[in-house]
Amino acid sequence: MKILVCPLNGPRPVSEFAYGGEVRRSPDPNTCSDAEWSSYVFNRSGSPGVKYEWWCHIASGFWFVVLRDTTRDVVIDTFPAEAVRRGLPTPPAAAAP
Amino acid sequence: MPHRLLRFGLSRKHPEPRMFTRHDSLKTGYDVVIIGAGGHGLAAAYYLARDHGIRNVAVLDKGYLGGGNTGRNTTIIRSNYLTPEGVKFYDESVRLWQDLATDFDLNLFYSARGHYTLAHTDSAMRTMRWRAEVNKHYGVRSEAVDAAFVKRGIPSLDMTCGGHAPILGALFHEPGAIARHDAVAWGYGRGADQRGVEIHQQTEVTGIRVQGGRVVGVDTTRGPIAASKVLCAVAGFTPRILDMVDLHTPIYVHPLQAMVSEPVKPWLDPIIVSGSLHVYVSQSARGELVMGASLDPYELHATRPTLDFVEGLASHMLDMFPFLSEVKVNRQWAGLADMTPDFAPIMGVTPVEGFFLDAGWGTWGFKATPVCGKTMSHTVATGRNHPLIEGFTFDRFARYQLTGEKGAASVGH
Repeated sequence: MKILVCPLNGPRPVSEFAYGGEVRRSPDPNTCSDAEWSSYVFNRSGSPGVKYEWWCHIASGFWFVVLRDTTRDVVIDTFPAEAVRRGLPTPPAAAAP
Repeated sequence: MPHRLLRFGLSRKHPEPRMFTRHDSLKTGYDVVIIGAGGHGLAAAYYLARDHGIRNVAVLDKGYLGGGNTGRNTTIIRSNYLTPEGVKFYDESVRLWQDLATDFDLNLFYSARGHYTLAHTDSAMRTMRWRAEVNKHYGVRSEAVDAAFVKRGIPSLDMTCGGHAPILGALFHEPGAIARHDAVAWGYGRGADQRGVEIHQQTEVTGIRVQGGRVVGVDTTRGPIAASKVLCAVAGFTPRILDMVDLHTPIYVHPLQAMVSEPVKPWLDPIIVSGSLHVYVSQSARGELVMGASLDPYELHATRPTLDFVEGLASHMLDMFPFLSEVKVNRQWAGLADMTPDFAPIMGVTPVEGFFLDAGWGTWGFKATPVCGKTMSHTVATGRNHPLIEGFTFDRFARYQLTGEKGAASVGH
């Protein structure tokens, strides 16, 4: 990946972006166990696959979500944060790992 | 002549001894199966056979021996770390390195060069003094030195670094060394092979069989193997192996790139690291400059190199050594670094009985090869963590007891 298509700014060199890690949902800190919380804080899905990730276009400060294959470094889709506010779409079957 | 050569090639009997015995088939079971025939896995096999008398061991690798991060690192050996756990551990490793060549009867080109970690700011100088004091307390030869000392040690260095990052001083670590990385894997491999360990290349582990919380065997592309003890030493492939035993860790994988220049006549004696400029460089016995920088900025499970990396690293090299502007870059490559949030490895026993982990070696694994072999062989043989790896245990994250090892390569403080 050398160029990333930003939903706001269009195609830009990847050096203009910051990677923000995988999109993750936190457990409710009031009800979850200590083990669930430490697992959320530290553990990551380290295996390759098709993952939803946070990316930021640094110059415009625009955060958005990228669906990317971490084995081939190919972007499958991008979403402005607004579009995934109520939950992430299911990845297309063809792109599943 | 060609006819004789062909006959020699097709014959199964070769008069010259090979580096390793080739085994045509797997046995149905072994006492210990080691996944990953890199430096760490082979060192563990070597010490299991030599020090613990466990010789019924198979080392499996899906590629070839030493073809992963063992053959992709920049071969720097040092023990000038920041935490007591790290300093003690890596110092034991440096001690083991020093007589490894005699042990193997193989030239490792081990070359003690002296190691400078440059400080460009007052706060970096403070960290250098801190590291020097921790090191000296544990008997490791490190000292914080001033700019004049650096200038005497590296006369060709531009002390202003292009005018924007003047050097105030450095952490000087006299035992810092480089070695020939392939030979380390070959030496351990041959030593293990001579003691009865079987090395199986191009044998991929496809599953690990667990019954009642205990390891009972592994499935491979060449058939199943029974084993009650399995050691995983696969660097960037660790998360995929952990999926097979349903264990979760903080390990995430980013590529780490490196490059070498064309060979030039020897002019750079010491090893130089600059955290601020994200450079580490040494000159190999062949005259090539071996250079590395920081991790790639996002998760990726491929070893593709990038032009961004070469541009960034070359520009910082020119800040330090402007006269290199005509020197060409010969090769670049990448390895998969298994990173942890506290820059310390994850080693020892795991919640799955008989499954041992030697992982989280990110960007700092090569220098630890001997001590990892020593401590992991002890851990596998006895089923209990070796005292030197107690700061690196699997369960430290659940207890929120991180090690905080920021002496790792090119990490800013």
